[in-house]
This record gives sequence, structure tokens and C-alpha cells, in this order.
Amino acid sequence: MMVGVESAQIGRIDDLAGDYDVVVIGAGPSGLRAATTASEFGAQVLLVDENQTPGGQIYRSVLRAQEADRRRLGEDYWRGRAIAEAFLRSDAHYSPMTTAWSIVPFHGESGEIIGHEVGISAAGKTRLIRTKQIVLGTGALERPFPVPGWTLPGVMTAGAAQIALKASGLIPEGRVVIAGTGPLLYLLAAQLIDAGATISAVLDTTPKANWRKALRYLPEFLASPYAIKGMKLLCSVLRRTKVVRWVSSLSAEGEGALKEVVWRANGREQRVPADILLLHQGIVPNINFSNALGCEHEWDERQLAFRPRVDKWYRTSVPGIAITGDGAGIQGAEAAALQGALAGLGCAVRLGLIDIESGERRAAPLRSQLRKASRGRAFLEVLYRPAESFRIPQNPNTIVCRCEEISAGQIRSSVDAGAIGPNQMKVFLRTGMGPCQGRLCGLTVTELIANERGVGPNEVGYYRLRFPIKPLRLSELASLPQSEAAKAAVLADLADTHPPKNGRGERL
Amino acid sequence: MFRRAPDRMRDQVTFTFDGNPIVAAAGDSVAAALLAAGIQACRTTPVSGAPRGPYCMMGVCFECLVRIDGVGNRQGCLVPVREGMKVETQKGSYALPAEAGQ
Ligand SMILES: Cc1cc2nc3c(=O)[nH]c(=O)nc-3n(C[C@H](O)[C@H](O)[C@H](O)COP(=O)(O)OP(=O)(O)OC[C@H]3O[C@@H](n4cnc5c(N)ncnc54)[C@H](O)[C@@H]3O)c2cc1C
Ligand code: FES
Repeated sequence: MMVGVESAQIGRIDDLAGDYDVVVIGAGPSGLRAATTASEFGAQVLLVDENQTPGGQIYRSVLRAQEADRRRLGEDYWRGRAIAEAFLRSDAHYSPMTTAWSIVPFHGESGEIIGHEVGISAAGKTRLIRTKQIVLGTGALERPFPVPGWTLPGVMTAGAAQIALKASGLIPEGRVVIAGTGPLLYLLAAQLIDAGATISAVLDTTPKANWRKALRYLPEFLASPYAIKGMKLLCSVLRRTKVVRWVSSLSAEGEGALKEVVWRANGREQRVPADILLLHQGIVPNINFSNALGCEHEWDERQLAFRPRVDKWYRTSVPGIAITGDGAGIQGAEAAALQGALAGLGCAVRLGLIDIESGERRAAPLRSQLRKASRGRAFLEVLYRPAESFRIPQNPNTIVCRCEEISAGQIRSSVDAGAIGPNQMKVFLRTGMGPCQGRLCGLTVTELIANERGVGPNEVGYYRLRFPIKPLRLSELASLPQSEAAKAAVLADLADTHPPKNGRGERL
Repeated sequence: MFRRAPDRMRDQVTFTFDGNPIVAAAGDSVAAALLAAGIQACRTTPVSGAPRGPYCMMGVCFECLVRIDGVGNRQGCLVPVREGMKVETQKGSYALPAEAGQ
């Protein structure tokens, strides 16, 4: 339990200061280290996070974990306690169960950006907090996995099952199938089996050809700490459940809920009855904030995702905004923590709490650890590159935008009718206009359009997102104590992002 | 669909889902508590009326939307259950929160 280490926690957002030197968003390893580091140099720091306790994805609920959880989830999980406790011992303020939904710059006399105002809400209350520096440690999302039937109740992401296990000790029961690719797929399978779940099958969608392409990165991988861990995981899963390789197509079937999983492997179609299907094909940076802020992004062809451009202090192209951890490109938890420390240090330098020479001196060992922590990633990225057929649905009936129920076929025909980018697609079909704001369809829509047009994703681009990046309730807006101008700006954006609809969900 | 590790059933909290009482563990999100009670679908979609249930459990997909104590469009995976909470299936339209005037 957290007894004795909760001193930094602020219970209500009313009690937060109006101004901070640094606001960190996200309490994963990168955000925790950024906040702890900046605070060590004397900066006034606020960390806000949506979850009940610190830890982010990998260390979710770690401060509530008991010995039994340690056995189920492993030492890599348990290690998060130290990072979370060091943060709680720091002077940084911590506002859990708090969502950040906007970041708006404020300007100096000559028009330069001198800070930002962060919109946050918790328990139905809303505040705008001013800050000189922002570190986004908002992490990653699981890559969309658009297969037929993926919207049926009973189909979830593998990450969702892991969250239920970490946060509530829930173990999937009945006939459980896990499908997809990526290192986390096997980690989760192992964790669930260790927790006592019976897994009917792991359907591995890693394409055969990936192995050949990944071979040249193998020596570096073998020298990395991932190699032994990865092999152990793989063996422990292979020993305890059926693994089907070279799965080339997959669908979930059922009326109103999942009943069967159907797949094709080695040219043969098979089906099994299933109660739960857990999907996973890697994770991608969560770029909602950086996109809405107008930070420059680039398409990372190896990670198959957009990522914000950052410098060696993890600063983006927008002054005062840094992004660390998975949000800046997928590198794993250890790298996320080191990047967070570097970003925190960078804030201290920019705030004048430490001179640049000392900053560089302290950064050097962190940077060399970071290089070490990043070794072996190339192999993983190439090996676990999800097949095109699982990213760009060939079946025209497969739903792509889950919120508005738009299919791959509708998107392809809209490209032919002139919707050449994701923003035009919004106008044509309302893709990305539902409450998830494109988080679950953005990459698929980009890749589908690129595929249909025969160009690269960089040319197609991503949805242009607007604040608020999470839907707000009017009561939350009404509780804003700030200026009418700020409220009007938010409302204007809201109207723009969520045009009024009639009862059938059609745009008026 | 899900069972709870016996060591994780600590302080109990009782809430209702569509009027039926459900016992959860303190600290559960509403979505986790529903899954633990064997409930997979918590809303129907505004477009086709299809049933949906929690998909990501981390605030991303908005598939876990439910009505909580009369307020619609709450993300069940981000709201902790509380004693006496009244949770209901969200039927159809997201009528986005701002429009619903909540
Ligand atoms: C579902 C999932 C499970 C994973 N499990 C593992 C694992 O078991 N082992 C492993 O090695 N790696 C795992 N990973 C990879 C993992 O993301 C990284 O290794 C590591 O957690 C990255 O740390 P981070 O600090 O960049 O971000 P994260 O740990 O992802 O933390 C981001 C935090 O930001 C918060 N946040 C995001 N947006 C907002 C907002 N608008 N307002 C407030 N808070 C916000 C989130 O709630 C979260 O707490 C997982 C990834 C995902 C997506
Ligand atoms: S389950 Fe995805 S937002 Fe709650």
C-alpha cells in the first residue's frame, strides 16, 4: 500500500497552484522520472495522470501490488515501485485521476511563446494551469487491429486484459484465444498463464518473411538484455499452450457477442469456439497532444507510425513542449525512464536552475545508458512488423472506424470520390469524428488512403486534431474559473470537432 | 468470462447495473467490475444499435461508455466504482456530452 509516501498527492484540483514551472502529463516511467528530476533541481512541478495510482502502462497499479501480483507479473513489473516511490518522495505535486485535455500557448510582448495553459479536469471539475515548461509522457496505444468482427463484445486488446489483471486481478476464463504479433503478445500470454488462465491457442500472425529480414539485426539483439528474456518468455508459452504460426487471416464471428475465432494458416482454414479473443499487434505513439499542438511529425517507416520530431532534450518543434517515452517513438520502459530524466534535466536547464555545461555533464551518462537500452530494438521492430493485410483491411466489410461504424470499402470508395486525405475523409464519412477522435482508426485510415492512392503515408498525413483532445462535459466547462475568452475558445473548438448531430447520428 | 484472483477480493463495494446489484472490489474501474460480473456489453452503438463492450481498458476507445448516476457518456474504464453507484447501459447516441448538456 502507499502509506507514508503519499505526501505529494493533491486530493482535489481546486488545491493545485495556478502556476507551475513544469507540468508533466502522464505517470508512466518517462513522466515519473521527468517530474522527479525537474523537482530535484528545485522546479515547481505538477504531474497529472488519468489513472488512480502512478505507473503508466508497464507499472500500472504497482504500488497496490502484493507478493502474489509480483509472482504473476514478474520482476520487470515490480521494479516500477522504486520509480513510483522516488517520485512520491519528491516535492512534485501529483494529481491522479486527472485528464489533461488542452494546451494553449501564451505569448510574451514580442509575440514569442513564453508558456502554456494546460486544461485539466478531475471529478467533474476543470482548471486551467499555467506553466513555463511541459513534458508529455503520454505513452503509447495499441495499434489498431481491424479484422472482421473485432467490434464484438468478447474481443478486446491484449493490453486490456493485462490492465484488468494488474488493476483488478482479473483472469480471463473460458475459451481464451490470443492473436497477433509483437513482444508484448508473448509477455501477456505468459502473465495470463502464470495467473492461472487456460489459453486455448496463441495465433501468431508474424509473417514468415519477417524472419529473413530481421536476421541481419540478430547479432545486436543477441547482445541485448531482451534476448534472454525474450527466449525465456517464448519457451514458457510454447511449453504451456498451443501456438499456431504463420496465421495469415483472422476473424471473429458471433451474433451480438464473440462465438468463434476463424483463421487461416499454411493455406488451411480453422475455427474454434471462443469466449474471449485478445488482439495485439504492437504499440504506437499516442500523438493526440503533439498533433493538436501543431508539433512537427514524421512517418517512421520501421515503426509504421507517426512520431513527433524531438531533439536530444526531447524538445518538440513547439517551444516549451517536450515529449518523452513511448509518445516520442516506441523504445521500451527502460528507455522511457531515461528519456524522462533527460527531459526533466532539460527543463531545469531552460528554467535556469542549472547551467548548460552542468546539464550536459549530467546528461552524458543518461545518454550512454539510453543507447544501451535501445540496443536490440531494430530486430524486434523488423521481426514484429505487422503484415500489411492486418493493417490495411482487404475485406471491404471490415469496420475501420469503430465509433461511426465506417468500413474499409466505404473508405476506399471515398478515396476514389476525392477524399484524398484523412481530413477530407472526416467530411465525407465522419471517420475519426466519434468520441475516440480517431485514436482507433487514424493509422488504418492513413494507410488505407495511401494504399488506395499508391503513395506513402507521409504524403497522406494524419487527422488534424483539435483541443479538447478528450470530450468535455458542459458542466466541466462551466466550472472553469478562467476568463470568458478562454471558455469561448474551447467552446468554438468543441463545436468544430463535434458538429451537432440528429438522433440517427447524421450530421445536421 | 473473467474471474478474480482470490487474493484480490479485498474491500467490497456494491453497485447496480441496469438495476441489478453487483459486488466489486474497491479500486475496480466500472468496466473491470462489469467484466468481473460476466457482463461483456455495456452500450449499444448510435449507428446500427450493435452491442459493444470495453475494448482497451485505458481510456482510448470509448467502447466502455455507460450512464453513471444519470450522466451519460462516462468512460467506465476510467471511473472507479463507488458504493451505491447506479450504472446503466448506454443506449445509442453519444449525443456528445456538450450537446446533452450534462
Ligand atoms: C496497454 C499497454 C500495456 C503495456 N504493457 C507493457 C508491459 O507489461 N511491459 C513492458 O515492458 N511494456 C509494456 N507496454 C509498453 C509500455 O508502454 C512502455 O514500456 C512504458 O510503459 C512506456 O512508458 P511511458 O512513460 O512512455 O508511458 P506510459 O507508461 O504509457 O504512461 C502514459 C501515462 O499517461 C497517461 N495519460 C495519457 N494521456 C493522458 C491525458 N490526456 N491526461 C492524463 N494522463 C494521460 C496514461 O494514463 C498513462 O498513465 C505496454 C503498453 C501498452 C499500451
Ligand atoms: S475500454 Fe476503451 S475507453 Fe474504456
